[in-house]
Amino acid sequence: MEAWALQVAATLNAGTVLALAGLGLLINERAGIVNLGAEGIMLMAAFAGFATGVHSGSDFLGFLAGGAMGAILAGTLGYLVIWLNANQYATGLALSLFGTGLSAFAGIKYTQEKLGPRPHFEIPFLSKIPFLGSAFFKQHPMVYLAILLALGIAWFLYRSRAGLVLRAIGENPESAHALGYPVRRIRLSAVIAGGALCGLAGAYLSLIYTPLWVEGMVSGKGWIALALTTFATWRPGRILLGAYLFGGVTMLQFHLQGQGVQIASQLLTMLPYLATIAVLVLISRNPAWIRANMPASLGKPFFPEG
Amino acid sequence: MFKLEARPQPSRVMSYASPLIALAITILIGVGIFLWLGKDPIKGLEMFFVEPLKSAQAISELTVKAVPLLLIALGLAVCFRSNIWNIGAEGQYLLGAVAGSWVAMQAGPGTGRWIVALILLGGALGGMVWSGLVAFLKDRFNANEILVSLMLVYVGQQFLDYLVFGPWKDPNGYNFPQTITFLSVTKIPRLMDGYRANIGVLIAILAVAALWTFLFRTYRGFQLQVGGLAPAAARYAGFSSRVALWTALLVSGAMAGLAGALEVAGPMGQLTPYLSVGYGFAAIIVAFVGRLHPVGIVFSSLLMSLFYIGGELAQSRLGLPKAMTSVFQGLLLFTLLGCDTWIHNRLRWIGKPRTAPRRSEEA
Repeated sequence: MEAWALQVAATLNAGTVLALAGLGLLINERAGIVNLGAEGIMLMAAFAGFATGVHSGSDFLGFLAGGAMGAILAGTLGYLVIWLNANQYATGLALSLFGTGLSAFAGIKYTQEKLGPRPHFEIPFLSKIPFLGSAFFKQHPMVYLAILLALGIAWFLYRSRAGLVLRAIGENPESAHALGYPVRRIRLSAVIAGGALCGLAGAYLSLIYTPLWVEGMVSGKGWIALALTTFATWRPGRILLGAYLFGGVTMLQFHLQGQGVQIASQLLTMLPYLATIAVLVLISRNPAWIRANMPASLGKPFFPEG
Repeated sequence: MFKLEARPQPSRVMSYASPLIALAITILIGVGIFLWLGKDPIKGLEMFFVEPLKSAQAISELTVKAVPLLLIALGLAVCFRSNIWNIGAEGQYLLGAVAGSWVAMQAGPGTGRWIVALILLGGALGGMVWSGLVAFLKDRFNANEILVSLMLVYVGQQFLDYLVFGPWKDPNGYNFPQTITFLSVTKIPRLMDGYRANIGVLIAILAVAALWTFLFRTYRGFQLQVGGLAPAAARYAGFSSRVALWTALLVSGAMAGLAGALEVAGPMGQLTPYLSVGYGFAAIIVAFVGRLHPVGIVFSSLLMSLFYIGGELAQSRLGLPKAMTSVFQGLLLFTLLGCDTWIHNRLRWIGKPRTAPRRSEEA
């Protein structure tokens, strides 16, 4: 029983990285901007968070640094695609390549570094419940924050006026512009907010999940988070669900290896990537459904006249 | 106050000048990085732009790295021109190398030089299988080609690792994850004794000519590009987007796979997990810096090759991290995209900000 509880806990832990990044990308895409730079942003943030954690000894500052790094990089991307009208795909790609390179470059000195003793969290009383306690109530606060964020973003998108404006801009920036909304400024704020969440995801990876700095350590999680937004048909609750599902697949891979299953480890490592492809295929095969759910202006430039 | 406004026509001057301006900015930032690291920037730049061009041997090395970049970028140019975002060329390159290796390992004592042709063909087919998978999933299931092609990079790398750690491991290789050294009969012929530059150079030149013809002198190439620029117009004209999808992906897969086979049976001579130095991703930058034009890509692949060699030299002689190469590459693409804004837009003086905005007729 306890083994299964730990499995659940590990799944939540692994899913949190994807959940944070996926929610960030969801905000971007709801405003009509695709951020293919997620992988690079997460790497840079993982590095910034780790380096700050090592020097300051504070995880909180580490998360702050990661989030800020994400916001700055995403802001650069946003400026290029929203004001200078650069191609969203190409610019995002550039950011991913740049972030991969720069984080490897800057992080060389940190590959041997270690963080202080990792904190251990327990929610009083609740963590004492058999099974449920170990499974759900001994997590890092970020895990719960991710869940709260999903709820908060759902409320924001569907229940608040600002969220309505954001969705309207994602669907039809021309109309929103005609109504007098500052489309480009709102898009930029959405991109920055989304980048900050991707940054938190990166920092969680290097500060809590791994906790180490390794070159290229995000290993495709940024891209998987991008796939997650399609999988979730752009809904926050489903992002969370998808993130834990993928977290589960990642854990399954380690679990099978631990059990001594006679499969080459390389084939098991393929699992999350193959699962992503499978999920994309399943979700996308009905184009009408995707079209009905996808923000209509996604990936398209908007350049107000006059 | 200045205002960004669309030019009536894209600027031809800017479209040629933009890569040069981007390169200049990248070099300036590079100088800044050298200074920050406490290295002499002149020496640093020498590693990147002088040393790799100093001798015939150096030029030969330059082509060794430029050829795979050129081949892959040519294929990507077809994709990007058709508005198909294949960013998994890295995976197609790896699969090409795997397929080429398989052919190379079939060689025995009686095998003739003809096997080189089969290795290259195998490589192209390997790359096509990987990119064909992307085309199939997009065509049949509407799955996003960006994400699928990228996921297949990770799958491809794991597959390669599986082979060299497992079934293909050299039994006499002291347990290193690598295949046997291929027989010398499989070696891609070199252009001259003593230099590593091989017939890949000739293949690349041929590919440039073939692609230029395809893009600018054939109806199919025209259809593809219309589909990329104006999908609605292409549909109206009856150009099939499915044909465009398959053509673009198969061409780029074949080119990347060919590059992989040339590498594994050329400079490498055996399959190892360290085959890839990111050519597939760097080629994306090469394609854009070369303006998605076959001739432009020749120049940009040479430039990117300078970055690779410069990075290696800076590592061995100045003790700088090798990742410098990818920093420069990413920076170049980033600044290029920023500079590209000025192809379609210009700044116009629209009066002092303090005064009340007056509407002019042209605004």
